[in-house]
Amino acid sequence: MGRKFTAIVLKDLQLELRSKETWVAMVAFALMVALVFGIAVNPLRVALASVFPGVLWVAYLFAGMLGVGRGFEQEARDDALTGLMVAPGDRLAIFLAKLTVAFVFMFTMEWLVLPFMVVLLGEPVAGGVLPLLAVTLALGTVGFVGVGTLFAAMAANTRAGSVLLPVLLVPFSVPVLILAAEATGGVLGHVVPAVDPWPWLHALMAYDVVFLGLPLVLYEFIWEV
Amino acid sequence: MTKPKARVWTGTWWLWLMAAIWVVALYLNFIYTPDARYLLSSERIFYVHMGSATAMTFVYGVTFVASIGYLWRRGLAWDRWAAASAEVGTLLTTMVLVSGIIWGRTAWGSWWTWDPTITTTLILWVLFLGYLLLRDWTDDRERRARYAAVLAIVAFFLVPLDYYAVYFLKSIHPAVITTHGVNLAPSMVLAMLVSMVAFLFLAAAWILIRLRLLTAEDHLVEIQDRLRTPLDSL
Repeated sequence: MGRKFTAIVLKDLQLELRSKETWVAMVAFALMVALVFGIAVNPLRVALASVFPGVLWVAYLFAGMLGVGRGFEQEARDDALTGLMVAPGDRLAIFLAKLTVAFVFMFTMEWLVLPFMVVLLGEPVAGGVLPLLAVTLALGTVGFVGVGTLFAAMAANTRAGSVLLPVLLVPFSVPVLILAAEATGGVLGHVVPAVDPWPWLHALMAYDVVFLGLPLVLYEFIWEV
Repeated sequence: MTKPKARVWTGTWWLWLMAAIWVVALYLNFIYTPDARYLLSSERIFYVHMGSATAMTFVYGVTFVASIGYLWRRGLAWDRWAAASAEVGTLLTTMVLVSGIIWGRTAWGSWWTWDPTITTTLILWVLFLGYLLLRDWTDDRERRARYAAVLAIVAFFLVPLDYYAVYFLKSIHPAVITTHGVNLAPSMVLAMLVSMVAFLFLAAAWILIRLRLLTAEDHLVEIQDRLRTPLDSL
């Protein structure tokens, strides 16, 4: 279980270090969202800083959808997923490994994109809020990745799976989007009137518990042969 | 050779009962009940809205139970129940949304508000459109049933969470049925209840029609498979 998990995580990270496909695509995509938003909305009429948390999470979630789908797409070639499944060890290890890799990709992407967003949308970020911001980003990402990995495993086996994945994931991202964006606004502390981020973070934790738990119960049904 | 096992009940006498209930419901909605004090006759949309919303809740309940039933017992009949009820549920959700939007325009002066109840209903609608797409785009019959069941179960847990996530916004949706009783005139309560029953019957009729069609489809595929491999069926 533990060895299989570590092996798959290391394999995926090594693959990514060599090919550099996924994270480049994710970061580029998130930046495009910020760029398009900044251009489409007239910054003279709309204070970009006031919509900063929302735009940040829209960019993160769309880029996240790109990343979460990749994990199973690359296993589809030569039916590598079947190889992973018949390998000794619990199948839970495969699911947890894919979940972990998706989390690492998305979380790294978030920190790479953040400075650009801060500059482009003019939202000053004080160094003191960074620990709490990291907690917020981590909680939002966990909530997204849990159910995202479950659906990505399904989408990999359907026609037009790459189209289907966003359709399935958007309704599930609604709570993450609301809770994480509000919490981020509260953490950064530029929202008027001031928002206390903790109730939002607690709600986000509750969401994470439910939507990490459900996939762990249900993933077995995805991979029956 | 095995004969197709599942048969769908084809009795029609209860359709006449449904027709009678609908006549009563329409009479109550449009003639018996008075105009509302401020909303005037636009209030009558409420009976359609409430009726389809009640039926929607029950029908999605059927989807959830049938999905669990499929993963537990593995009969395609469970899956057909889930598929039929999800389709009818999506249709009823459309009716809830459309009737609500029209009513909101006359009552609130705007087509749409981001109220928790309304937003959650919209999310529910998108969710089940995705569900129907997933069914449509999964080719393997058995896999389609499994995936759809997993999605329906996860969706069941999402809806209340969505509601509370949006709840932090101020709610303007009227609460007609509260813990302190029903905020309606007695004649309107009667019209509302009969409407609910009428819509429940309608939903049941639609589900049975879809079930018969889906069962026929499954049998057709079964027969095609049998013709393709004649040796297996000996």
